Amino acid sequence: MNYVFQILPALMSGAWTTIWVFALTLVISIPLGIVLSLGLSTSSKNVITLVIRWLLNIYTWVFRGTPLLLQLIFVFYGLPTIGVVFDRQSAVIFTFVLNYAAYFAEIFRGGFAAVSRDQFESATVLNLTRWQTLRYIIIPQVVKIVLPSIGNEVINLIKDSSLVYVIGLGDLLRAGNIATARDVTLVPLVLVGIIYLLMIFILTVVQKQMEKKFAFYR
Amino acid sequence: MLELKGINKQFNGTAILQNLDLTVADGKTLAIVGPSGVGKTTLLRIISGLETADAGTISWDGTATTPAALREKGVLGVVFQNFGLFPQYTVRRNITLAPTLHGKSQADADKHADELLDRLSLTDQADAFPFTLSGGQKQRVAIARALALDPQVLLYDEPTSALDPALRDNVAAMLNQFRDGGMTQVVVTHDMDFAAKVADTVFTMPNGKKG
Repeated sequence: MNYVFQILPALMSGAWTTIWVFALTLVISIPLGIVLSLGLSTSSKNVITLVIRWLLNIYTWVFRGTPLLLQLIFVFYGLPTIGVVFDRQSAVIFTFVLNYAAYFAEIFRGGFAAVSRDQFESATVLNLTRWQTLRYIIIPQVVKIVLPSIGNEVINLIKDSSLVYVIGLGDLLRAGNIATARDVTLVPLVLVGIIYLLMIFILTVVQKQMEKKFAFYR
Repeated sequence: MLELKGINKQFNGTAILQNLDLTVADGKTLAIVGPSGVGKTTLLRIISGLETADAGTISWDGTATTPAALREKGVLGVVFQNFGLFPQYTVRRNITLAPTLHGKSQADADKHADELLDRLSLTDQADAFPFTLSGGQKQRVAIARALALDPQVLLYDEPTSALDPALRDNVAAMLNQFRDGGMTQVVVTHDMDFAAKVADTVFTMPNGKKG
């Protein structure tokens, strides 16, 4: 037990890295994903929007189609060879945001597609502006539709944040790994597992609460 | 008076509406009838501005206009076949949302909504969500929502097809009551009996013969 208290501060400081990577990525990538999904959802045949949609499709294809680990290594170790240098924290946030925004964009695109056309048309004949239609009619329905998928991604994000060890950031997993190697005991890794489980337990409760909050209508 | 002249509409090279003329007299109910696939709903969607005609003109009280301009002036109200109620809002909020977004105070909008709810026998459903309502109730909410913007013309797409056939006469009585109150109405229906019950004029598609 004494040993547990001895290594806990190191694990907690590692967990702090996990938490800020998680929080910053979410706060930036969800709004970005919504904005990008609007570009993916347009049915306009205007040349500029066609080009934007084509670029966005390539973007989501690349970021969902290659490992996040590769993307991290590419940004932090690869890009400096062509003169683009990030510090560790910026590289992590830059890569995680681009990766997760690609997933969120696809999730929200699916959400927009699932809202029935009569909702848009009702809003049109009631003479609502495009923004009012999105804000009051469509987005609230999209949020309800995408909550379960977003919840999955949020839980993945906590676990994916452990990948930051590859560019030398001291997160929870790295702290446990160091302690295990140094003291030759399984205890740190077991503790790491328990801390991940706790964080994901809290997120699952929050997700369930939010889904409940939107269960008042069908 | 709403007048359409020379309306043409094609979908993928197939002509749906050809050189169609239509006049809707003030305070009257016009029924547009005809078999499925003849373009009745397309015509209604053109009038409500959800589709654009390939050719033709629309005028309101003798002045050339567009459906979008009529919508902005609040001339037109539309009741969809599947009603298109907003599932996340209560019946009252479905009715007051558009008026408040257009600048009416919540108190005024609520007052107007309460009058409409009373008139359409929906007072008990005011705080219910749409998924709990019957088809007939949903339709009355959709009508109340359109009426909340004080339109001069109400357009209905197949108002009887999503309902229990037993409710058909109730819907007819309601439309006749609106007509007696001075409302101009355009009703798209494939149901000739229903058309006969509500229409001052019947417009038969595809040839546009008036009866």
